[in-house]
Amino acid sequence: MSDNILEVKNLIKHFKSKNGTLHAVDDVSFSIKRGQTLGLVGESGCGKSTIGRLILGLHQATSGEILFNGQDICKMNKKQIHDLRKDLQIIFQDPFASLNPRMSIGEIIGEPLLIYKKVKRAELDSEVRRLMDVVGLSKRFINSYPHELDGGRRQRVGIARALSLNPQFIVCDEPVSSLDVSIQAQVLNLLKDLQAEYGLTYLFITHDLSVVKYFSDKIAVMYLGQLVEIAESDELFKKTVHPYTQALLSAIPAPNIRQKMQRVKLIGELTSPIDPEPGCRFAKRCLYSQAQCVGQDLEFKDFGNSHFCSCCRADELLNTTISQ
Amino acid sequence: MNTTIIPSKNQRSEIIPEKKKKSQLVSIWKRLRKNKLAVAGLVILTFIILSAAFANALFDYNTVVIQQNAADRLQPPSAKHWLGTDELGRDILARIVHGARVSIPIAFTTILIATIVGGLIGAISGYGSKRVDNIIMRIMDIFLAIPGILLSIAIVAALGPSLRNLLIAISIANIPPFARIVRASVLSIRNEEFIEAARAIGANDLRIIFKHIIPNSMAPVIVQATLCIAGSILEIAALSFIGLGIQPPAPEWGAMLSGGRQYIRYAWWICAFPGIAIMLTILSLNLLGDGLRDALDPKLKN
Repeated sequence: MSDNILEVKNLIKHFKSKNGTLHAVDDVSFSIKRGQTLGLVGESGCGKSTIGRLILGLHQATSGEILFNGQDICKMNKKQIHDLRKDLQIIFQDPFASLNPRMSIGEIIGEPLLIYKKVKRAELDSEVRRLMDVVGLSKRFINSYPHELDGGRRQRVGIARALSLNPQFIVCDEPVSSLDVSIQAQVLNLLKDLQAEYGLTYLFITHDLSVVKYFSDKIAVMYLGQLVEIAESDELFKKTVHPYTQALLSAIPAPNIRQKMQRVKLIGELTSPIDPEPGCRFAKRCLYSQAQCVGQDLEFKDFGNSHFCSCCRADELLNTTISQ
Repeated sequence: MNTTIIPSKNQRSEIIPEKKKKSQLVSIWKRLRKNKLAVAGLVILTFIILSAAFANALFDYNTVVIQQNAADRLQPPSAKHWLGTDELGRDILARIVHGARVSIPIAFTTILIATIVGGLIGAISGYGSKRVDNIIMRIMDIFLAIPGILLSIAIVAALGPSLRNLLIAISIANIPPFARIVRASVLSIRNEEFIEAARAIGANDLRIIFKHIIPNSMAPVIVQATLCIAGSILEIAALSFIGLGIQPPAPEWGAMLSGGRQYIRYAWWICAFPGIAIMLTILSLNLLGDGLRDALDPKLKN
């Protein structure tokens, strides 16, 4: 078995819409090593969540490969995907919408166990209690309903449900973005502890770079369905190549109030993902864009240390930023 | 190791007792009980159903309800006949009580049939493909274009007046609204994130429909059903009023209204009391339906 638990190769997902084809995910490739965390960053609507759902087999990919332990998820039939779910789970963004309001916490956490008949009915209750303990959820909530819990506890329920089948890989789809900052830290710590304990691999989808810096081994930055930069976490923060990543990084609030920050301010809005023109999709908002940026398709350039970036002016930009 | 757990939490959980397992029904009942009007509706309805259930103990069918008695014709309300007598000397109270035995079971049965059939059609329409949805809903639109009462009249007139045909007619007339409501509610729920979550934990379509979609789409259906029972009682009365429903001498509220119509100037009680009976039943069902609408929402706090 290879070192990579998950390999995504040239993944494409297009949605047909009235006005044309929506390029939700366009030619995205990355891989995740077992036991590590890949942070997938980008603004709203750039296709982060779609990638998560494609990996889970909740959407059918237009083309490309998703290799999980060497098997292609895109080519699996229903039965195989059903078996796959035991190893591949997801934690959803909104812990309220993702829990059935008419099921008690115990029923929600126990449902996957029932579906896969992992435990006997008599042992279900004790297994649910064990899972609640694992995620730090007080057992007195076992018969409560989701609306009776606060956001942090609801998200713990979602985590317990994802953990119940003992998966190897969990897609965390913005698991903390709808929580208070104080609760965010709790949930993040919990996820880290669980990773250490069970050797989990995470795909951590978020738009919050400060979260991802704390959490990930590797970071992938997306813009409008395309990967623009991917690197080891430290490397990305040290040597930021793509102008979009630079803008994102400069938007992280500084904890030190005296520290003078130069913010790269982006102008304009996300361009439409429907039938995008070839070339750099960020060009219209980029501070450094030139005529060469549009028209031709981009290629991923290697900057060493498994640092890749799609900017066609990356070399020049890198030199200028370093000289500054 | 785990920094997320506040140290005192585990101790606290032992102090606060675990919530008892309580079913949804208990919490719905708790919420319903707070609504005074709904409780009033429930009390009236229970009273009517109980009196219908024990009608034979209260008034004998053959000797009191349908036996004609010329000497007691058109008696006003008195100690002997609390609500007076009709043009054939029959006690009106007795006929109203026995009339409930006809109206209420028919109304409940028709709505039960309409809910199941309409619910199934609506669920298929909402969960199925766009094409299936279109075909089913256009057929329902055709039915909806015809006023319910007119549809019932047409069906009964075609099949001939009898209890069974009345049942069929009113059931069919009530299917389209149910199909619409269930479809709308399934459509809104199938895109909820918890359905996707259920799919992610490996639930199949059947489980998703029965465990996730139906429990969450029941509330508007139950409310609509209570309101439609009221409508159905009115339809039975209306069909009997024009002679297409329950046939004389069997007591039926609408038929009683229709029979007393000619005497309304000098014997108001013949029409007034069956009318009040219809009104009270419908009012109680509407009050209950409104109460259920609030009580069935699990997000409202107890």
